[in-house]
Amino acid sequence: MFDYETLKLIWWAFVGVLIVGFALMDGFDFGVGMLLPFVAKTDMERRIVINSIGPTWEGNQTWFIAAGGALFAAWPLAYAAAFSGFYVTLMLLLFSLFFRPVGFDYRSKVQDPRWRSAWDWALFVGGFVPPLIFGVAFGNLLLGVPFHYDASMRLEYVGGILGLLNPFGLLAGILSVAMLLMHGAAFLRSKTEGVVRDRAKPILLAAAITTVCSFVIAGIWVAFGIDGYRIISMPDANTSFMPIMKTVERASGAWLSNYSSAPILWCLPAVGLLTAIFSPVFAYKNRDVVAFLCSGVAVAMVILTAGVSMFPFVMPSSLHPSSSLTAWDVVASHKSLGVMFWVVVIFLPLIMAYTAWIYRVLRGKIGEAHISANEHSAY
Amino acid sequence: MLPIEEVVSLSRLQFAATAMYHFLFVPLTLGLSWILFIMEAVYVMTGREIYRDMTKFWGKLFAINFAMGVTTGITLEFQFGTNWSYYSHYVGDIFGTPLAIEGMMAFFLESSFVGLMFFGWNRLSKPAHLGVTFLVALGSNLSALWILIANGWMNNPVGADFNFETMRMELVSLKDVFFNPVAQVKFVHTVAAGYVAASMFVLGVSSYYLLKARDTAFAIRSFAVASAFGLASTLSVIVLGDESGYTAGEVNKVKLATIEAEWDTVPAPAPFTVIGLPNDKEERTDYAIKIPYLMGLIATRSTDTPVTGIKDLKQENKIRIMKGMDAYAALMRLKSGDKSPEARANFERLKKDLGYGLLLKKYAPNVVDATPEQINKASHDSIPKVAPMFLGFRLMVGLGILFLFIFSTSFYMLIRRRLSRQRWLLKLALYSIPLPWVAIETGWIVAEYGRQPWTISGVLPTHLSASTLQVNDLYFSLAGFMGFYTLLLVLELFLMFKYARLGPSALHTGKYHFETAAINTHSTDTTVRA
Repeated sequence: MFDYETLKLIWWAFVGVLIVGFALMDGFDFGVGMLLPFVAKTDMERRIVINSIGPTWEGNQTWFIAAGGALFAAWPLAYAAAFSGFYVTLMLLLFSLFFRPVGFDYRSKVQDPRWRSAWDWALFVGGFVPPLIFGVAFGNLLLGVPFHYDASMRLEYVGGILGLLNPFGLLAGILSVAMLLMHGAAFLRSKTEGVVRDRAKPILLAAAITTVCSFVIAGIWVAFGIDGYRIISMPDANTSFMPIMKTVERASGAWLSNYSSAPILWCLPAVGLLTAIFSPVFAYKNRDVVAFLCSGVAVAMVILTAGVSMFPFVMPSSLHPSSSLTAWDVVASHKSLGVMFWVVVIFLPLIMAYTAWIYRVLRGKIGEAHISANEHSAY
Repeated sequence: MLPIEEVVSLSRLQFAATAMYHFLFVPLTLGLSWILFIMEAVYVMTGREIYRDMTKFWGKLFAINFAMGVTTGITLEFQFGTNWSYYSHYVGDIFGTPLAIEGMMAFFLESSFVGLMFFGWNRLSKPAHLGVTFLVALGSNLSALWILIANGWMNNPVGADFNFETMRMELVSLKDVFFNPVAQVKFVHTVAAGYVAASMFVLGVSSYYLLKARDTAFAIRSFAVASAFGLASTLSVIVLGDESGYTAGEVNKVKLATIEAEWDTVPAPAPFTVIGLPNDKEERTDYAIKIPYLMGLIATRSTDTPVTGIKDLKQENKIRIMKGMDAYAALMRLKSGDKSPEARANFERLKKDLGYGLLLKKYAPNVVDATPEQINKASHDSIPKVAPMFLGFRLMVGLGILFLFIFSTSFYMLIRRRLSRQRWLLKLALYSIPLPWVAIETGWIVAEYGRQPWTISGVLPTHLSASTLQVNDLYFSLAGFMGFYTLLLVLELFLMFKYARLGPSALHTGKYHFETAAINTHSTDTTVRA
């Protein structure tokens, strides 16, 4: 139906949609996890926080699983390279993700305060560590990753986890944590009532300020401080070819070339900054739902800003730039991309529809009354 | 540079360990979700509250298990990329597709609705809530379908073709991948085994209440659902297990020959070795007890087709390895830039044996210059060790027969209303709770260890599939998985025991044993009826 080149472009957009979807949906769950020990002191308050996302977080996390699966099918080279290249980092991510599924369910099943407090901190780790790792990893994608391919397409890497902990990577980590903290605080404002909602307000403000500052600094850094990558020559995008068949060079300012060729793209970071600023403004005016929508838009725009600046690069290689993975060569075959296109077109709207229905059924604020009424069935 | 032997071994160990941990939790999710649906359907149809309580109580145990299923499942979605990156590159085009469909079609359904199943009781009408429970069961079972289609493809790679331009296998027909006979049979066998495990779980825990003579009305109804569902499931596991044997005979002769320790090709129909001690060194089975004709009938469904023995399979593989050397040479010619029609045709003719040529990479990195001794080594590697296959299979089948006995006797005693006198049966059911898990894990070992030395049968050897990682990375991740999983498993079992012992009193309805015992000083169980 579509030619190969068009499908490659569509799949770049789909991967973007899945990553943004994950950040929007599971993002506030991460934020709520980070906030748990700080906005809630008593057991009742903590149960309010936990139950604000208790019935829905599991579906939200599935965006991560679905994005992983889609990456495997549509961008197998990225799936293979990114996860093995960031091996130890990815293991830390997986370990930190173990805490939430068990934490939510097991915490309320024993009365002992030590048991509950231990799970609260486990949920904090499950909320804080993943966004940090995602951010650091994304920052390092912009810098380029030290890997290359041999003739049989086997990957070789240089450097380990310590190489990721460079200043720019850490800044991206701070940005990621701050924006999801903002998103989580905005969610708690709109979903809970009482003291938890009050305590979320100053945190939302602080997180929004940190988001704006780190986003601006990262932007300046990308413009003047780090090199981008640029394709010099490559085979026809409508054909199937291996990454090493193209020529790529590092060039300062190359990450902004898409913005100079299509200035309308400047809307992405601009809208991102504005919504991040307005989220706490609306929160202070007690317009909680609008504040939450603003934080959501901000999260999406920050991710898209980074993604668009790299396009068509997906995972540049700092070691051997021509081994870099781009939207043109990271992909599965024409046939597989076509099959997966229909899978997404059919199932993604369906997922959105039933997710919306579930949120509608579970609408309403969570407060002390709700927890007391469901003393033995709530988390 | 190929990953060193130790990295490959540790990666295999890690995959086996994490997959087996995951499959401690999957069977209960697969089966208990349908049991919950059955109980709730009875509640919706009859309006009797005891069935709602049953759904809620077993649902609590379902939730404790489900959390661990999710925790251990995340790992598996990403482990192909982390530890098997060459595999992911080489077959991601086909293998990734069912995994992605699983996420979008099935896992999303299951995990989106599972929260509503636990927390939506007061927010939904009775039929709507039943619908939600149905979607959770459907989602988890569809999940298994797509995972087993992916796994079935590893064992029988149909609907795909090697592309030398991209150096990987590419999808030719999704229909062939979906209707892969190995995948279909494996799916039904695996989910039915999950239903058996869940039935044994409910049967055993209910037996515990019956033995303690508490909450009997609740227990006897749970027992009834479990024995009926378990009996039907056990029958299908056994029938479809036999079907598994039949499919294996067609596409994976090696698996069949090793499961049956069939060293030599004997005139059809081959005898069936009931039990014995396979001796890999001498290539014979010590102390074997055989039944004439039986194996030939099961494996070929005929009396005149022979079953190929291990020694002959090694010879066949040796020939394919030598053809594989030619295929590899033809591939190298293409890769060096000679893309003439003749070079292409030459490769097309030889490429079905390319995978066998790759088996040599371990000994001769250039493949084409392998010595006869290296070819012998590779053909020797082409057959997995026989003892784990032979003995594992017999353990699984033996347990299956025991389950059939337990479920049929339970069902019979139940409908004849003689259950309360059969304390031995209740005890047997209680102590048999772990056994389906033993059978299931053993079945997986037979199925996937039996695939060695391949990750993709006949296409990609295991030792090439692994990522080029450092040994220390592997020790770190392995220690992390084992540490976290074991800790979480201990907590899970603690909660499972706590709530199973507590029984329906955990629902705090005020109607069940521990609550009525607290109210009535002489602790009579008001719900005794059976």
